[in-house]
Amino acid sequence: MGRAFRVARQIRGYIGALMGDSHYQRYVEHRCRTHPGEPMLSEREYWKMRHRASETSATPRCC
Amino acid sequence: MASPTAAPSDRIEETEGRITYVRTDKNLPPVAVIDRSPITVRHKLIFAAIAVLGALAWAIIAFFHGETVNAVWFVIAAICTYAIGYRFYARLIEMKIVRPRDDHATPAEVFENGTDYMPTDRRVLFGHHFAAIAGAGPLVGPVLATQMGYLPGTIWIIIGAVLAGCVQDFLVLSISTRRRGRSLGQMARDELGVIGGAAAIVGVLAIMVILLAVLAIVVVGALAESPWGVFSIAMTIPIAVFMGLYLRFLRPGRVSEVSLIGVALLLLAVVSGGWVAETDWGADWFTLSKVTLSWCIIVYGLAASVLPIWFLLAPRDYLSTFMKVGTIALLAIGILVARPLMEAPAISQFATRGDGPVFAGSLFPFLFITIACGALSGFHSLISSGTTPKLLEKESQMRLIGYGGMLTESFVAIMALIAASILDQHLYFTLNAPAAATGATAETAAQYVNGLGLSGAPATAQQINDAAAGVGEHSIVSRTGGAPTLAIGMAEVLYQVFGGAGLKAFWYHFAIMFEALFILTTVDAGTRVARFMLSDALGNLGGPLSRLRDPSWRVGAWVCSLIVVAAWGSILLMGVTDPLGGINSLFPLFGIANQLLAAIALTVVTVVVIKKGMLRWAWIPAVPLLWDLAVTLTASWQKIFSGDPRLGYWTQHSQYRAAQDAGKTAFGSAKNADQLSDVIRNTFIQGTLSIVFALVVVIVFAAGVIMAVRAIGGAEQPVAEDDPVPSRIFGPSGLITTTAEREVQKQWDALSALHAKSVGT
Repeated sequence: MGRAFRVARQIRGYIGALMGDSHYQRYVEHRCRTHPGEPMLSEREYWKMRHRASETSATPRCC
Repeated sequence: MASPTAAPSDRIEETEGRITYVRTDKNLPPVAVIDRSPITVRHKLIFAAIAVLGALAWAIIAFFHGETVNAVWFVIAAICTYAIGYRFYARLIEMKIVRPRDDHATPAEVFENGTDYMPTDRRVLFGHHFAAIAGAGPLVGPVLATQMGYLPGTIWIIIGAVLAGCVQDFLVLSISTRRRGRSLGQMARDELGVIGGAAAIVGVLAIMVILLAVLAIVVVGALAESPWGVFSIAMTIPIAVFMGLYLRFLRPGRVSEVSLIGVALLLLAVVSGGWVAETDWGADWFTLSKVTLSWCIIVYGLAASVLPIWFLLAPRDYLSTFMKVGTIALLAIGILVARPLMEAPAISQFATRGDGPVFAGSLFPFLFITIACGALSGFHSLISSGTTPKLLEKESQMRLIGYGGMLTESFVAIMALIAASILDQHLYFTLNAPAAATGATAETAAQYVNGLGLSGAPATAQQINDAAAGVGEHSIVSRTGGAPTLAIGMAEVLYQVFGGAGLKAFWYHFAIMFEALFILTTVDAGTRVARFMLSDALGNLGGPLSRLRDPSWRVGAWVCSLIVVAAWGSILLMGVTDPLGGINSLFPLFGIANQLLAAIALTVVTVVVIKKGMLRWAWIPAVPLLWDLAVTLTASWQKIFSGDPRLGYWTQHSQYRAAQDAGKTAFGSAKNADQLSDVIRNTFIQGTLSIVFALVVVIVFAAGVIMAVRAIGGAEQPVAEDDPVPSRIFGPSGLITTTAEREVQKQWDALSALHAKSVGT
C-alpha cells in the first residue's frame, strides 16, 4: 500500500515537473542560491514574466 | 547577458577500479562519473536474448506471407531493434564522435536564469523533447505509405530511425550544446559560410510554409462535412481560453491541475459533439465545406500568432502535450491487449507499379518521402538545436534525449502503421483514394475498389455505409489525408479494449480530435516561429528593415505574421480546391521539404565532424546524408522532369495547358474551365517549389563539400565551438541511475541540505 502511494506520488511529481508546476519553486531556489537576500517575484508575477519572455521567442512544435 | 569566462580549470580525477570521478572544485563532490567497466556477462546474455527475439520477430514479419501476421510481432521487432541500436550504435557514436564531457557546463547551467535556461532532470527533459518532436507527421505518413504494403514501411521506420533519424537528432543536439544552444540556421552560417548559411535560412522558411499548409490540409480533410468533429475541435478554443484565464488570474502555476480540468472538458466536448451533430441546428451550423474550414483555420492561425501567448497558445500547448503522451500510451496498451491481425499485404502491387491512388510514384524514392517523420525528420533539428540545449543538464544525457527521443517517435510511427494495416484493404482505399477516382458515393467507391484487384472479399456499398455509420459519420468515401484512416484504425483497436462496440464512434472522434488538436498546435506555434525567422532574415538585410529585428515592435510582428499566414494559407486553399486531390499532389512536397531540411542538418553535422579531425568516423552522419540526398533529389528530379503526368508537375502542367489552348473545357480530372485553370496554376506553383527546394539543398550541400575538402586538405578550419566552462552540478547519464552515480548524487543532496540549513539560520 505504502509502495503504491509512493509510486503515485512519483508519477504526480513527474507530471508536475513536465507540465511546469514546479518551475516557480525552481526559480525561487535559483534566486536564493544566486541572489540571496534580494527580493524576488511572486508566483503570479513570475508567470507573467515567463509569458512576456515567450512573446518574443517561440518554441517550435514538430509536425 | 554577460558571457562567463572559463575559470582556470582545477580538474581533479580520482580513479577507483574502472570508474573515474571528476571534480572541477576540490570543495565540491564529483561532477562527472566515467564508467569504463566492460559489458557484464549478464548484460551480454540479455542482449543476446533480445537479438534472438528481434530476429525471430523480423523473420515472421518478412516471410510469413499468405498467413495473417499478428501486430504484436511488429511491436517486438521494433523494441528489440531499438534496444540494440541504443545500446550499441548510439554508444559507438557517443564514444567516437560526441565524446561528452560532464565536467563542462551545458548552456542550461552556464546561463541558468530560472526561466528559459534551466538544467532539467533528464527524464523530464525526455518528455519535453518528445512532446516537441512528435506531432501528426509520424501518424499520417505511415498511414499513406500502407498503400505499398506493411513491410517496406516497417523496415524504413525502424532501420531508418536507428541509422538516420536518431543519428541526426543526437548529433545536432551535441553540436548545438557546444555552441551555447545556437539554432540550425546560425550554425549553418558559422560552419558553411555566408552563401551556405543564407541558402539554409531561405530553405528552412520555405520548408516551414509547406509543412504548415500540408498539416492544415490534413485537418481540413478530417473535419470537412463532419459536424461532430468540427464541434469538438471548435470547443478546444473556449476550453483553452478558460485555462489561460484560470492560470493568469485564479491559480497561477497550477499547470497540471488546469490541464486535467481541460482534458475532462475536452472529453465532454467529444461526447457532446455526438449529441450536437444529431440536432438540426447542430448539423446546420457545424457542417462546413473544405473551403470554409480552410478560411476558419487561416483566421485562427493569424489570431493565435498575434494574441497574447498566455491567452490561447500556452494553454493549448499544455492540452496538446497531455493528450499526446496519454493517447499514445493508450494506443500502445490497446495494441498489446487487442493483438489485432494485419489485413494489408506485405508488399502490394502498387509498390512496384508506382500507380497507387493514394500517392503516385514507385517504392524508391516515394516510400521514403511519404514516411519522413518517424524515420528521418529534418524538422527535429530545429528543436534539437536551440530549444533542448537550454534545458540539458549534462552532456552525457544527450544520448538518452536525442537518440532515445527519436526512437520513441519511431515507435509512434510503427503504431500508426499497425492501425492502418489492420483495416480491410477495400475500406482503406475507399478512404484514401481521391474523390476523382471513387466518385464520392458509396456505390461508385465500391465499384472502384473492387476493380483494384485487392485481396479479401469485395466491398459492397452497404458495407461502406455501415462502416461510416459505425463511427458516426455520413460518409467515409475519399476522406483523404490519413487522419480519418488512422482514427478508424485506432477506434478498431481501442473499442475492443475500452468500452465495447458502443464506444466505437466515441473513439473515432476522440482520435480525430487528438490529431487535429496537435496539428493546430503545430500550426499556431509554427506560424510564430516562421514569423520570427522572417523578421530576423528581413532585419539582417539592413536599411529601414533592420527595425524588424526588434521583436516587440507590434507593426512589424503583424506584418510578418500576415505574410507567413498568407503564404501557407494560399497553399492550403490551393490544396483543398485542387481537382487532382490536394494530399495526392502536396504530400510528396511535404515529405521532400522535411527530408531536405534533414539534408541541411546532416550536412552541417558532417562538416563539423570532418573539421574536428574525425574523418574516420564521418561516415556515421555521411551515410544517412548521402541516402537522404539520393532519395530527395531523385524524388525532386521525377517531380520536375518525369514525363508521366501522374508524377511530373510540369508534364501535367503542359498537358492541361495544351488542353486549355485547344479550347477544351474539361480534361483529365478537371471537369470545367475553372478547374482546368486551377490545375494549371497549382502545378505551376508545385513545380516551382520543387525546383526551389532542390536548388537550396544543392547549394547547401555544395558549400558543405567545399568546407569539408578544405578541412581535409589541412587548411586551418576552426569550428565555432565555445570555450568550455567548468561544470558545478551533477546529473546521472542514462535512464537508470548506476550505483556509482547514486553515491555521488547522495553527496550532492547532503551538500544542498547543508546549504539550505545555513541559509535558513
